Amino acid sequence: MSSLLDKIINNKIEEADSYNIRENGKTVKRKENEYIKIVNKPNSKGIDIYVKENTLFGIIDIPVIISESGIKDVVYNDFHIGENANVIIVAGCGIHNIKHKTSQHDGIHRFYLSKNSKVRYVEKHYGEGTGNKIFNPITEAYLEEGSTLNIETVQIKGVDKTTRITKAELQENATLTINEKLYTEEEQYAKTDFIVNLNGENASAHVTSRSVATENSYQEFTSDVIGNTKSFAHVSCDAIIKENAQVKAIPIIYAKDASANLIHEAAIGKIAGQQLTKLMTLGLTLKEAEKMIIEGFLK
Amino acid sequence: MLELKNICFKKDGKEILKSINLKLLDDKFYVITGPNGSGKSTLAKIIMGIEKPTSGTILFNDIDITNKTITERANMGIGFAFQQPAVFKGITVYDLLKVAIKKDITKVEACNILSKVGLCALNYVDREVNTSLSGGELKRIELATILARKPILSIFDEPEAGIDLWSFNNLIEVFKQIEEDSKGITLIISHQERILNIADKIILLENGKIKEVGDKSILKDIFSCPKGGDLCE
Repeated sequence: MSSLLDKIINNKIEEADSYNIRENGKTVKRKENEYIKIVNKPNSKGIDIYVKENTLFGIIDIPVIISESGIKDVVYNDFHIGENANVIIVAGCGIHNIKHKTSQHDGIHRFYLSKNSKVRYVEKHYGEGTGNKIFNPITEAYLEEGSTLNIETVQIKGVDKTTRITKAELQENATLTINEKLYTEEEQYAKTDFIVNLNGENASAHVTSRSVATENSYQEFTSDVIGNTKSFAHVSCDAIIKENAQVKAIPIIYAKDASANLIHEAAIGKIAGQQLTKLMTLGLTLKEAEKMIIEGFLK
Repeated sequence: MLELKNICFKKDGKEILKSINLKLLDDKFYVITGPNGSGKSTLAKIIMGIEKPTSGTILFNDIDITNKTITERANMGIGFAFQQPAVFKGITVYDLLKVAIKKDITKVEACNILSKVGLCALNYVDREVNTSLSGGELKRIELATILARKPILSIFDEPEAGIDLWSFNNLIEVFKQIEEDSKGITLIISHQERILNIADKIILLENGKIKEVGDKSILKDIFSCPKGGDLCE
């Protein structure tokens, strides 16, 4: 278990202010403190995490491990963040599946950010073993006035199929930043949907997706940003494509107000020959140059 | 020593280079000049291995490198500064310098290399080599990657192209320094008189052929002052 944990959690879990480790559908270890409470939902379907108002720099780890083949784990994690609180939440799911049965984790994360609270949410997906591994994360975020949510998601290889849906509703002066990093290979399939509603004045959303699609993999990126009032959004989808991979980017920006300022940029292409040549003139082989470019791109 | 023997290059049925014969000696500073489309950049790319000659032989220190790859030539000590430097998302100046120098260096060492091209600030080394840098900055970083490698043969393709006058003045100083320090061969493609001024030898290319090799006097017609004096500064 610990090796899978290391793959999905960057910090030392014992050092987190609170944590909840879920393994094969059950909570196996938990830590709380006076500012951060974790409460079970009925039928072990997930947890409610309550962060007290004015909590500063709290770190919460909520890893999920699936090591038994054939498990389909659906979990609801709700985060209730008090006013002015500032926390880092590290979530992640590691599936180790060496058998023929499919292992699946569908994490439904809902974030309720009170006024002026700040959350950095880091999520990492990792799969190993030859068995089929499926992740279907759903993230819903409700951002009250002046709150900030920064979402970082990473999925590098190892996941056969993933459909990710992220929905957010932003009130006045709320800010949402999403950074997605994705690498697919073999026959892998990854679909991402972002649906963002900018409801309050001066709400802003910044969505950046960087992905690499190789071999026979397929990626689809849809962003649907609606500016209902004076608001700002910048969506950027940047993909490197190799071999027989396919990448589809569907940009939707919908301004329902004359003062909404919405931008979408999408670029899909091979690694530029000029980049490879430059690195080769510095002594790298073609393979080494490609590796450096991709690692940099997804850094 | 670099020796080009009967180098020809054809592209889309057009003869770009016509039987180029040239010897470049160690510790010398050469400038290739000539009109646009005369084949200067192509010649430089052929030496680096970026383009393959249609016929002819390239000898580098008596080793035939005609069929060697870019990587092999780089590891034999040939360096190339591009006219339009490549940009990379996510790769920092520091990353690039570490690759160039082939070892782990400290940020202070990286800064020392950058200071040679007039870019000294520790926070520079962590900048990404992307379009947020100005043309002049990218160009200097490009030069820094060559200086870091200390090649036996350094090729610079129009180092002055695309940079402002202020940066250009600094650039001249960089090349003067290279000219003084260099132990190997320096080959610059340039139109700039101030770069031509510091050359040991000028190679004048026209229509894919070497028209003349010599000192600055071979360009007398080109740079002659309309007022009838000597070369204009």
